[in-house]
Amino acid sequence: MIPSAFNYVAPRSLEEALACLGRCEPGTAALLAGGMSLVPALKLRFARPATLVDIGRIAALRGIEANAGGIHIGALVTHAELLGAPQLADRPVFAETARVIADPQVRNRGTLGGSLAYAHPAADWPAVFLALGGEAELFGPRGARAVAAEDFFTGIFGTAIGADEILTGVRFAHVPVNAGSAYSKMRQQASGMALVGVAAQLVLDAAGAIRAASVGVTGVNAVPFRARSLEARLQGSASDPAALSAACALGITEADPLGDRHASADYRLHLLGVHAGRALARALARARGSAGDGADYND
Amino acid sequence: MKIALRVNSQDVEAEVEPRLLLVHFLRERLRLTGTHIGCDTSQCGACTVHLDGRAVKSCSLLAVQADGCAITTIEGLAADGVLHPLQAAFHEHHALQCGFCTPGMVMAAHELLGRTPMPDEAQIRAALEGNRCRCTGYQNIVDAIRAACERAGGCT
Ligand SMILES: Cc1cc2nc3c(=O)[nH]c(=O)nc-3n(C[C@H](O)[C@H](O)[C@H](O)COP(=O)(O)OP(=O)(O)OC[C@H]3O[C@@H](n4cnc5c(N)ncnc54)[C@H](O)[C@@H]3O)c2cc1C
Ligand code: FES
Ligand code: FES
Repeated sequence: MIPSAFNYVAPRSLEEALACLGRCEPGTAALLAGGMSLVPALKLRFARPATLVDIGRIAALRGIEANAGGIHIGALVTHAELLGAPQLADRPVFAETARVIADPQVRNRGTLGGSLAYAHPAADWPAVFLALGGEAELFGPRGARAVAAEDFFTGIFGTAIGADEILTGVRFAHVPVNAGSAYSKMRQQASGMALVGVAAQLVLDAAGAIRAASVGVTGVNAVPFRARSLEARLQGSASDPAALSAACALGITEADPLGDRHASADYRLHLLGVHAGRALARALARARGSAGDGADYND
Repeated sequence: MKIALRVNSQDVEAEVEPRLLLVHFLRERLRLTGTHIGCDTSQCGACTVHLDGRAVKSCSLLAVQADGCAITTIEGLAADGVLHPLQAAFHEHHALQCGFCTPGMVMAAHELLGRTPMPDEAQIRAALEGNRCRCTGYQNIVDAIRAACERAGGCT
């Protein structure tokens, strides 16, 4: 399969990339990062941009940096880099998620920024981005702005990124004290994408009760979402595994599952409860400082 | 568009259309037909090559994305007609039947051994997750990779 013809530009800086976008007719240009979603789409001619702006050579979009506010992850950081990044050693949810995305070759190319910008309804990073309450950093002709994770996903394959903007990275606050997070996924057998994916973060108070819970869900609705109903139920509750399961058993009212040939809506709902329970249990273990890397989960 | 890259340690310059896929560039322009096209949809790994030392699926990259990079294909592994230890181990352990998946399998395994000289069986199988074989049932491929790293002094 051969893509339709396009012009190709490979800017070296963000400013140059914006200028390239600015020179194109609105809606005719596409940004290219790792290409693991876009190149297959070009080959199938689902996407037929007149111009491809390859941002893959912009050094400013690379790298993971700890700073005063927390941690910044550049848009071009690959799944493979997130699997082994020493700067993320205290956030094992990143390696745990990266490990269950695609395969080694795809992880070597595919990027965090590309995954969030593409906003596939069964992609894994959106759940983690939501649960950890990250912020997307956007850069456009009007300058830089930040969008909170919860305002980022606007529809199926839709995000808050403007047509003239570039996602430059995401940032996350410092890991709160007594906090733990985890990701639990059921793979769709053919594609490996999430039939259901749940990321959870728990923050415990000094007495060990749940001070705050946040839960991000992918693969279930057309748009990834925060399970606010479950979070509210968990807040202030005792932090034992039985309490977590009981909270999950009461359901997640925000779920509006899609049914398809891979899983009926009912089955997805069932899986949602199971994986929410697993993600929360592992997040709890990590918040208490036990249980390590979850290597034998998520399969 | 003009691109300049290194392929199997040789400098290559070429004029290419931006839409040309890397795998087509390697096979049709450079006649390096050891890199195979199996699925053409990023699933099977038959087209695996190394780009700056990392295994990638060359059916899912544009040749222009490799501008300025170093590519290694299966043809780049044997030195002076002597099979690379991984290739020799595949041969000895009957790790191929039709051979279609083999170049991709070897290139994926090669990246693993560069990163993890002593992989256990689970790590070997995980490293082959992006590679499909429709013949062998994988066991002999795993055995061959283990044998290659044992010979190199690795493997638990
Ligand atoms: C075989 C296979 C299996 C996969 N399995 C999984 C899986 O299990 N889980 C999962 O989550 N994903 C999976 N993926 C998708 C993969 O994670 C992609 O890498 C990712 O979705 C896109 O990242 P990319 O860098 O390749 O983006 P590209 O393909 O380059 O771009 C994707 C889209 O995002 C836009 N974009 C990219 N970067 C930016 C930016 N910085 N600013 C604004 N817009 C941008 C592009 O214009 C394009 O529309 C799989 C892909 C393949 C091929
Ligand atoms: S031909 Fe590239 S992955 Fe199958
Ligand atoms: S040997 Fe035939 S596909 Fe692997």
